[in-house]
Amino acid sequence: MRDGHIERLIQLLARLPGLGPRSARRAALHLVKRRDTLLEPLARALNAVADAVRPCSTCGNLDAVDPCGVCVDGRRDPSRICVVEEVADLWALERAGVFRGRYQVLGGTLSALDGIGPEDLNIASLIARARKPEVREIILALNATVDGQTTTHYIHDCLAACDVDVSQLAHGVPVGGELDYLDDGTIGAALKSRRRM
Amino acid sequence: MAVRIAVAASDRPFQGPVSRDSGSEGTEWLAGESPAVAVTRLNLTNYRNIRHLRLETEAKVVVLSGPNGAGKTNVLEALSFLSPGRGLRRARLADVPRRGGTGVWAVAARVRYPRGVIEIGTGVAPDQRVGERRLVRIDGQVARGTAALGRALTVNWLTPPMDRLFIDGPSPRRRFLDRLVYGFDVDHAARVSAYDRALRERSRLLRDGRSDAAWLGALEETMAACGIAVAAARRETICRLRSGMKAGVSPFPAATVAADGDVERWLDVMPAIDAEGRFRAALEAARDCDARSGGAAVGPHRTDLAVCHAGKDMPAEDCSTGEQKALLVSIVLADARLQEARLGRAPLLLFDEIVAHLDATRREALFELLIDRPAQTWITGTDRSLFDRLGSAARRFGVDDGRISASPE
Ligand SMILES: Nc1ncnc2c1ncn2[C@@H]1O[C@H](COP(=O)(O)OP(=O)(O)OP(=O)(O)O)[C@@H](O)[C@H]1O
Ligand SMILES: [Mg+2]
Ligand SMILES: [Zn+2]
Repeated sequence: MRDGHIERLIQLLARLPGLGPRSARRAALHLVKRRDTLLEPLARALNAVADAVRPCSTCGNLDAVDPCGVCVDGRRDPSRICVVEEVADLWALERAGVFRGRYQVLGGTLSALDGIGPEDLNIASLIARARKPEVREIILALNATVDGQTTTHYIHDCLAACDVDVSQLAHGVPVGGELDYLDDGTIGAALKSRRRM
Repeated sequence: MAVRIAVAASDRPFQGPVSRDSGSEGTEWLAGESPAVAVTRLNLTNYRNIRHLRLETEAKVVVLSGPNGAGKTNVLEALSFLSPGRGLRRARLADVPRRGGTGVWAVAARVRYPRGVIEIGTGVAPDQRVGERRLVRIDGQVARGTAALGRALTVNWLTPPMDRLFIDGPSPRRRFLDRLVYGFDVDHAARVSAYDRALRERSRLLRDGRSDAAWLGALEETMAACGIAVAAARRETICRLRSGMKAGVSPFPAATVAADGDVERWLDVMPAIDAEGRFRAALEAARDCDARSGGAAVGPHRTDLAVCHAGKDMPAEDCSTGEQKALLVSIVLADARLQEARLGRAPLLLFDEIVAHLDATRREALFELLIDRPAQTWITGTDRSLFDRLGSAARRFGVDDGRISASPE
């Protein structure tokens, strides 16, 4: 019989992406065996993140300060906003170091089948930002999936009334391509050769 | 003991615009000679009624015979999983693992193709969640999605339910046409499923009465872009087949093929960009009507494949049962030859119960064509003796109650 605490830990770990019940059991055992070097530091890190990290009220990025580090960084170009689906995509662009403007994280894509509509995404706040005079270009960097493309068309339509240039990443990847999986060079190329919509 | 039936080189089909390169022109495939594309080793684990199966073969034609319910079709289905998609039964993944087992199943194959040898593995791993897709491993590396399979190997098949292909509704015909497209264009499958998803999303919005014009418009734009690409790829395939089917291969008749659909017709008379606009406008105009009926009144999801027996100028559905089967064989073999001529690789073919409905002349002619192919063909039947005329080019296995054994020659 397994202890109830460990059982709970295994169940929670098994909910993580990429982990099934078997790997969750292995991970839990691994943690418990390495109390000092892994388990306790991990517990402290989880606590710290749970206490401090919140979505940025401007762009949706995750940070311990609000507005986030990207939004307050005066060296970044306030005239350009890059729209991404998830924080992971923002990180991918930051890793590649190819974009020096600001971001808007939508928090997903439109999906009628999954019940996700425009009101569930950070689209209204994007339009509000696009109306600001300092914003001149919106770059739609959504994934090349069906829902990503549909959301791109939708936002483009919503931005028609704003005085901004709207462009779209040239993916160079087939349908189904996700930003997070692209290597830095590909992301850079896709950004450079973005197309005006 | 049977010997190969000799066919004069001049009787060889399709030598005109799509002939093989001169090096292989008129090559006699000797008995026992290895095919250029073949599954040379197959391992199945907990696959439907098959607990374990392991076989090795270098043969041009692999014959599986055995009683009803033995597992012959299961073996072919397992091979069809070496290509992207849901296999020759269009199975739900949950139906594939052996009943009474753990839910884990695997197909592993060593595949020879013109540029070398690859190991393909596919199945469901112990740690996988229900509803997840099957995993694919190529040479030990996990592939993202099944599409990667199509880059090394193409697989096509004829199965008993397809005996009714020309009689029943259009969706199986459309799928048959799409499979002919995949051989040349692996991304076609992704575009078809992207189109279908956008179509279903639009139907959901319309059904829920959400008249968000911008959202509907965005979905229709996705549908138009993907849909035109799908229709264009189908048209290209039809053109290719027409050129490859100028003559039949006696006694297999030439077929006239056409993609019958509004979008394809638009592409006949206007550039793709205009067809895209026209399709988008048609979708927008049909919203009210589509909301009532569900689905969409126009689009490549309604396209049909029209086939005609060229020699008799008779629509396929009005041909006899055996003639219909012969037409299917003609199309699949013509496509196989086109793939070989234009891409340098021929598809693996899986022919389930292929000799049913074929008379002795057609049967022997078919064997002859299969032996002539540069790639392997797997065929099944309940009666082993039907395949005697294949002679030594074939390797025969008996299948019984989920177990396989090499038959004595
Ligand atoms: N998931 C499963 N677990 C166990 N058995 C299964 C499973 N799925 C199918 N079967 C069984 O596998 C058996 C073999 O099926 P298969 O279709 O391969 O037979 P076959 O040799 O092609 O027969 P026939 O000559 O009638 O076409 C059938 O009895 C079927 O009920
Ligand atoms: Mg069968
Ligand atoms: Zn921010």
